[in-house]
Order: sequence, then structure tokens, then C-alpha cells
Amino acid sequence: MPAPDQHRLIFAHIDEPGYSPDLACYQQHGGYAVMKRAFARKPEELIDEVKRSGLRGRGGAGFPCGVKWSLVDRKSGKPIYLIVNADESEPGTFKDRYIIHQDPHQLLEGTLIACFANNVKQAYIYIRGEMPLGARILEKAIAEARAANLVGPNILGTSYSCEIYVHRGAGAYICGEETGLIESLEGKRANPRIKPPYFPAVLGLYQCPTIVNNVETLCHVKHIADMGGEAYTKIGTPNNTGTRIFCVSGHVQRPGYYEFEAGKITLGQLLNEVCGGPLPGRTFKAVIPGGSSAKILRFGERFKGKRKVGAELVDYDWGVEDVPMDFDSLGMIGTMGGSGGVIVMDDSVNMVEALANINAFYAHESCGQCTPCREGSLWMKKITTRMVHGTARAEDAALLKSVADQIPGRTICAFGEACSWPTQSFLAKFGDEFKNYAETKQGSPAPATLI
Amino acid sequence: MIAKKTTANLTNLPVMNLQPTTLQKIDEVITHYPVKRSATLPLLHLIQEDLGWISPEAMEWIAAKLELPPINVYEVVTFYPMFRQKPIGRRHIKVCRTLSCALTGGYKVCAEFQKQFGSQPGAVSADGEVTIDFVECLASCGTGPVVMIDDDLHVKVDVARAQQLSAQIKAVAKARTTP
Ligand SMILES: Cc1cc2nc3c(=O)[nH]c(=O)nc-3n(C[C@H](O)[C@H](O)[C@H](O)COP(=O)(O)O)c2cc1C
Ligand code: SF4
Ligand code: FES
Repeated sequence: MPAPDQHRLIFAHIDEPGYSPDLACYQQHGGYAVMKRAFARKPEELIDEVKRSGLRGRGGAGFPCGVKWSLVDRKSGKPIYLIVNADESEPGTFKDRYIIHQDPHQLLEGTLIACFANNVKQAYIYIRGEMPLGARILEKAIAEARAANLVGPNILGTSYSCEIYVHRGAGAYICGEETGLIESLEGKRANPRIKPPYFPAVLGLYQCPTIVNNVETLCHVKHIADMGGEAYTKIGTPNNTGTRIFCVSGHVQRPGYYEFEAGKITLGQLLNEVCGGPLPGRTFKAVIPGGSSAKILRFGERFKGKRKVGAELVDYDWGVEDVPMDFDSLGMIGTMGGSGGVIVMDDSVNMVEALANINAFYAHESCGQCTPCREGSLWMKKITTRMVHGTARAEDAALLKSVADQIPGRTICAFGEACSWPTQSFLAKFGDEFKNYAETKQGSPAPATLI
Repeated sequence: MIAKKTTANLTNLPVMNLQPTTLQKIDEVITHYPVKRSATLPLLHLIQEDLGWISPEAMEWIAAKLELPPINVYEVVTFYPMFRQKPIGRRHIKVCRTLSCALTGGYKVCAEFQKQFGSQPGAVSADGEVTIDFVECLASCGTGPVVMIDDDLHVKVDVARAQQLSAQIKAVAKARTTP
């Protein structure tokens, strides 16, 4: 079956010749008209539209956005804050970058609608420190919007006021985790908080109720306010509504960003047709479908089971290429859709080296609060590094597994899972390569890439 | 090392040679937050942009400005990789080390920059011109290998492109040192 056409909702104007990040350009394309109409409605109606839309968060966990908003404590009398998560730090993910750099007003409009719906008077955009240009573009966009009475006091002559400020991170991955982000915004080390009691919806920024949403999620909010929640559900598939942006990197002919209706394209269509297949003379070996923490898939493996289609349970028997790209299907086969970062590896890759690379990342980024995560990530790095350097011991593959197995479920934040899943899944699927590293290195079909 | 005071002294701020625009921005950014401490990262960024690094005096100055014990600023500086406690070279070359870039040749690119300037990651080159860092994912994985030079992102940097970029940096340096 040929791949469907892209459905560009969020990326409608990305890379469009002549389209600029200026307010004037955005307004020529109908900008802020949706916000204007939204502000004439009741905030609860907007929350209902988002609930009806089935929108799931695009930051990684896929948590329903409307449900998140309905958990916000509105009785405390404290101000409610909204934080735009623009930390974009999950390796393999690079979608928010283009929204920020090329279409910042789309993000501002979505953010303002979300703020209005939730009676938020102060929002912060937490952008990763390594995007200095992005921060300047956002600051300029906010200044333009303020000058046009679209941000600030009495927006568009209404009684509603809302401020937005940009806050820059400084190079720590853990600031993407929402409670780590909140600590960082408070001017502290980004040590994630224990949930309970620190659910952001109740005790977030400055111990006030706080909504944290991803950049892309808030852009979807704008389109939901525009077309209505019901119409939005017609895009995508049931329970996986709307579009998804896939960021494809690694060993394909055409890496890049592609926006499709969720669940309407398979991994095989995406990689073979849209991205042009493997590099000349190569074959696909493995793929990580949802950011570096997602469990790896091995080409050639099969997934069988029963799944719900409408009201019925039907059998499925998929190869890696057959898996529809949506949260539920990827969850069913033991991995996740995550942040949409698809990392592809071909037969030139040595899986031990690839894992050593990933483990070095997590060891560097653990915030250090929890012993299993701090020590475990470090040991996973040390063991895989000595495998790469040929100084590993026979029992090291088993040791590696035992370290990884002792982390998940024993930590404050989901980084514990995120750092152990790569090791667990690489070992489960490519255990042969780990068992005797020296042999596989000699026997690998091509000189291994220097990783 | 930073002084072991528990409260910062507002009247006795260390002297800082900050540009007037930096001072203006500092006063402005503090108003963005209901709690002063939140301005810690923005102040560190502003001072590092102005002076190039974060000295012990800078930490004390920020602490006093935000009415915090200096340790609160120090613990932030040591946590976030982007804050530097030492001066770096005139130009800062950051090569992405993470998986997608590594798959497309990032390690070779980093090695090429090291060769060009004869310096190791994290160290200032002998002529003081560059500091090369091998950093984690820069969120542009689809255009790997990527390199940031100061604030500018360079995409699809292979070894040949690394040589070009190095030549440009060297040319600028030469133009500055020859009258
Ligand atoms: C270790 C870790 C890193 C994360 N990094 C990011 C990130 O860079 N960007 C992001 O939007 N969400 C990230 N998240 C998810 C956030 O915690 C949070 O769930 C998300 O911002 C919520 O937004 P959403 O509901 O719109 O998806 C991360 C989570 C974890 C555990
Ligand atoms: S799991 Fe890791 S990153 Fe998360 S709080 Fe614990 S030590 Fe920090
Ligand atoms: S892996 Fe290099 S930019 Fe993401």
C-alpha cells in the first residue's frame, strides 16, 4: 500500500517560501483570528473542546491534554501558571525547533488560548539553553504581540490579561521532565519532585497549580479551537487523534520531519517511501521509534496478539514495517511513540557501540538524586564502554542486564525508566552481539561506524 | 572558592565590570518573576554573555542581587553544563556527540576540529582562539552531524565542512592579530 500524503496541520507553513516569523506575516495568514473567536466563548467550553478532541500530549507520555487540564486545582485561590515545555531534549527529537524558529506566533496563539481556557494570567516558555536564536525569536514575537495588544493587559480590549515570558535553560536534559523544569524555573537545580504530593496540577510552580504542555501540544490546541474538538477527532485514528510529526534521523536517504495523520502510516511506509529507504547498499537493522528512551525494534522480528478495532478484537501479526505509527500500536508491541523521534540504524551499526553512545548520554544527564539512577546509569555506561574497548569480562552482559533491571520503578522520576529501557531492549533483541563482542565485531558485515 | 557567608550583603557587592545594557537587562528580567530566585538562570546567562564566564565574584554578586545565600547560586552553576567557571577560547565550538549525529559521523567531525586547533575537548587551544566541546543532543538530529559555533548552528557538517569552518575561524583570528 502506498504511503498516504502528509497532512500538514502544525507544519503547514514550515519551509514555505516567503513565510516569515513576523507578526505581519502570521496575520496575513489569518493569525490570531482563532484566538479572537475563542476569547468570545466561555473558558469551560474551550476545555470541553480539547477534551472532546482526544488530544494527547506530544511531549512524550501521550497523556490526554483535556484530562490534564481538568485536574488543575481551581479552588485553591492561588494563581494558575502555564509552562510551555520547549526544552526539546530527548535525543532524536527536533520538531519544536522548527515551530519556534519559523512559526512562533502559532505557538503564542495556542498558548494564549490554553491560558484563557484555564484562567492563567502568567505563562512561561521554558526553552533549552542551546537554542539562543529560538529564544530571541520568541522574545521578539512576544514583543510584537504585546505591541499589538495580543499579549499583556486587557487583550484585544477584553477584561482578560496574560503575560508570557521566555525562560532559558542551560544544557540539562532533565529540565524536560516537568517537575525538574519547575525547579529550574524557580532558580534551582533541576531535581525532579516526588509525585505525590507534587503533582504540577496542584503543587507546581511556586507551589501553585501549574499546567505543563509541550510546544506542539499547544499548537494543536489552536487548531482544535479553530475546527472544534469533534472535527479534530476525524483526523487520525480513534484514541490517536490529530496529526503526528515524525522526526526521522540516522541511516535513511531522506531524514527530516514529516507530519501525518496519527496511525494512518506504518513505520515501513515512513522509512521506505517517505524517507527513501536505507542508504545505498545497506539494509535496515534496527529502529528506535519514539526518542532515545523508547525500546528498540529489530527488523525481522514479529509481533502477534489481539487488538481492538472498533468494538471487535482482531488478531494482528506484524513485522516492524507493518506497525501503524500511533501511541497505542507502538505501546502494544512493547515500545512507545514518545516524542516522535525515529532513529534508524542500518547493518553497518554495531549495537554495542550504539548502546554505549546512548548510555553515555544518560550517565551524563542523570540529576543524581536517586541512587539506582545515578549509579545505574553510570555503570551501564562503564560496562558498555569497556565492551567497546575490548576490555569487558565474560559475565558483563549479564551484569549489564542486572543493573538495568534494578532501576525502573525505584526512582523519583521517569528518567529511571528512560535510561534502563535502551539497555534492556538492546540486550533482549541483540543479545547475541553482546555475548561475545569481539567475535561480532569481526563478523559484522561492514566496518563498524565510529560511534 | 566562594565565600561561606550564609546571607549576601547588598551594600557590599563585589565590583563587576558589566556593560550598562547588561545591568538594564538584569533589572528588567528580575521583574518577570514573583520570586526573585527564579532570575538565577537568566542572570547567569546575562553575565556569562557579557564577561564570558562565571567567576566566584559573579556568583556572590548575583546572590546579593537576588537576596540569596551564595551557595544557592553556586549549586546552580555546578549543575548546568552551559555555565562555565573558567574562561574559554574566543570562539566556542560545540560538536554534538549523541546517537543520531554519531551515526552520521559526529565523532570524526569532533576529531577533525581537535586536529585543526590542536586541542582536546573542554580545553582552550594554545592560541586562546577556541574551546571545543563534545556536547549532548542539540535537537537537530535530522541534519546530523551538527555543530554550534558560538550561537550559530551548522548542519550536515562532514570532515570537509569542519575544515572549511576551521579555516574561517582561523582567518578571522589572523585578521585580528595582524595590524
Ligand atoms: C526524562 C524526561 C525528559 C523529558 N523531556 C521532555 C522534553 O524535552 N520536552 C517535552 O515537551 N516533554 C518532555 N518530557 C515530558 C514532560 O515531563 C511532560 O510530560 C510534558 O512536557 C507534558 O506535555 P504534554 O502533555 O503536552 O506532552 C520529559 C519527561 C521525562 C521523564
Ligand atoms: S530518576 Fe534519575 S533523573 Fe530522575 S530524579 Fe532520580 S536521579 Fe534524578
Ligand atoms: S543527536 Fe545530534 S542533534 Fe540530536
